[in-house]
Amino acid sequence: MTIDQILGSINDKFGSKVLKTHKTGDKRAYVDIYPKDIVDIVRFMLKDLSLRFNIASAVDDFDGIEILYHFSLDPAGFVVTIRAIIKDKEDPHIDTITNVTKAAWWIEREMHELFGVNFIGNTDLRPLLLPDDWPKGVYPLRKSFISPKRDSRKS
Amino acid sequence: MSNYKPTIPIGPYHPLQEEPEFYKLVVDGEKVVDVDVRIGYNHRGIEKVSESKSFDQSIFVVERICGICSSSHPITCVQALEDIGKIEVPERALYIRSIVQELERLHSHMLWLGLAGHFLGYNTVFMWGWKYREPICDIMETVTGNRQNYAMLKVGGVRRDIEKEHVSYILTRLDDFWKQLDMLKGAILDDPVLHSRLKGVGILSREAAIDYGALGPVARASGVDIDVRRDHPYAAYDRIKWNVITQNEGDVFAKTVVRILEMFESVSIIRQCLEKMPAGPIDSNPKDVPAGEGIGQAEAPRGECFHYIKSDGTNSPMRHKIRAPTYMNFPTFRETVIGQTVSDATIILAAIDPCYCCTERMIVVDDKDNNIMTAQDMIRLSQEKTRKIRERMLG
Amino acid sequence: MGLKETVLSKSIYVFHASSGSCNNCDIELLDCLVPRYDLERFGIVLVGSIKHADAMLCTGSTNRLCVPRIKKVYEMMPKPGFVVAWGACGSSRGMFKDSYNTGVPLDEVIPVDVYIPGCPPKPEAIIGGLLKLIEKIKAKKG
Repeated sequence: MTIDQILGSINDKFGSKVLKTHKTGDKRAYVDIYPKDIVDIVRFMLKDLSLRFNIASAVDDFDGIEILYHFSLDPAGFVVTIRAIIKDKEDPHIDTITNVTKAAWWIEREMHELFGVNFIGNTDLRPLLLPDDWPKGVYPLRKSFISPKRDSRKS
Repeated sequence: MSNYKPTIPIGPYHPLQEEPEFYKLVVDGEKVVDVDVRIGYNHRGIEKVSESKSFDQSIFVVERICGICSSSHPITCVQALEDIGKIEVPERALYIRSIVQELERLHSHMLWLGLAGHFLGYNTVFMWGWKYREPICDIMETVTGNRQNYAMLKVGGVRRDIEKEHVSYILTRLDDFWKQLDMLKGAILDDPVLHSRLKGVGILSREAAIDYGALGPVARASGVDIDVRRDHPYAAYDRIKWNVITQNEGDVFAKTVVRILEMFESVSIIRQCLEKMPAGPIDSNPKDVPAGEGIGQAEAPRGECFHYIKSDGTNSPMRHKIRAPTYMNFPTFRETVIGQTVSDATIILAAIDPCYCCTERMIVVDDKDNNIMTAQDMIRLSQEKTRKIRERMLG
Repeated sequence: MGLKETVLSKSIYVFHASSGSCNNCDIELLDCLVPRYDLERFGIVLVGSIKHADAMLCTGSTNRLCVPRIKKVYEMMPKPGFVVAWGACGSSRGMFKDSYNTGVPLDEVIPVDVYIPGCPPKPEAIIGGLLKLIEKIKAKKG
């Protein structure tokens, strides 16, 4: 299957739910969707198109928090990334995909504690990486968080 | 009443025994009934650190994500940056990248073999495996200047060339390594005690491997035929002949077989690369990385490394997402250890090939008696089980 | 030199504690035990319990989760006990000094006697550093 066929299948299945598709070369494509459609599209990518879930990544950008879900089609050697932009930065939330794939189990916990994204339906959003006494509501990977620079030897 | 008798009193002499965290195994008698995983002890906030560094500096930062996969993360990082700007890499540099990656695979798998031997009570395998690993570190020092943390990769090529006079030295060392590896392979894979000890232990089914997104030897041992070097070719892997090693059983023995046979393939790849490597430049000297987003993938010894970098046209990454292969493989531990015995828990965890530090941090909590066992105790249990099997089989 | 110091300078038992490292330093320590470098021929033995240790070898960039633990392990070490901060991360947190998860360097958590810089320090540097520790012990009461 070629990358164009994959993009064609997604467009055929989801029609107007696909906001934009964008290729950067033969091996990379990005598909923009609404956050509310994420579970259906992920299920389609995994079950119907048999892609492999690589990882999800969040980006704190000007227009909102982008969550990118990266999928590989290994025999053909390309990566298709689904992008969902959550505009509400005060209370960002999106449906969990852990009911579709266990591979997202840890990354949703990580994005929850580092970006503050709430994954609706995920019952295990305990901290994964940060210490238990990390202050609530402080998300280190948001752009508003500045890492403390401190040369302790000067104090 | 529980018949599980822990032998170590409560009294912290391991840093993490105070609060039972990281791998907390809950047991009922001999069987593991639940496992809870809490990581974060190695979390250094590298993704955020990378955002405050230049692209060149980020490559040095990611090298230190994991010391053993010390060239895999930089290769993935530079490929993500090259993906953004569609930057070309000279042929010779591609071959050198493959050589460095395969040397790393050799030293990593041999390191794993030694540790696995230690956990099973085969301390000779530990000592000899690590002894045979030393010449690989010597080759690394000759080629890159350092035994670990090679600083070889840059955007557009590699930093150092392989000198002609070093090629015969490398080939001679690899010939010796091949013979030593052949000897170890016979000793390990033909040992009936190890067959009895490891076959059927910690099975990860093919369906579970796919569902968890398992990678590398963990996936290939369960019959999932994926390998980034073949599927998303990079460096010089599509220019030479080599095989992807798979097994179907998914148990610890299958994972051992995959890693040992992969070492033979790595030696073959390095030999072919040294032979076919053309003369020429090693760096295309790109001027900058434009705005955009890029993805890099590479097959580390443990599986696929995946980096996503978003650039806004400045000299620093706006976002640098790093996903190490063990991140996907760790959760499979839950799948493979529940229902197994406590004495097998160490080797099942080791078969995933996490960092040494991570395996150090496993503790067991007996639900009923609230007793705690440390990693040292569990290694002792594991070695004890091997000894009992040997006595039973060999009399 | 007292009996304690004499014994310590002849054979040091070391305990390895990592406070969030990339493992390179830890692997190089294990490398010191294997046939090529063989630290044990100097009487230096790696022990599994802090209660048996004379010196603590600390790697890692002092992750927030590890700070209370490292302190606790130091307190449990029988005194006189020594601390070796090992690697760039152990010495000063290295390139992670501005990270949100590495608050203070190791020597603000526990007193450090010897620093072995390097990323990672080669086994020869480790042996050299441990010999410096022995000289320090001898000089203390010399």
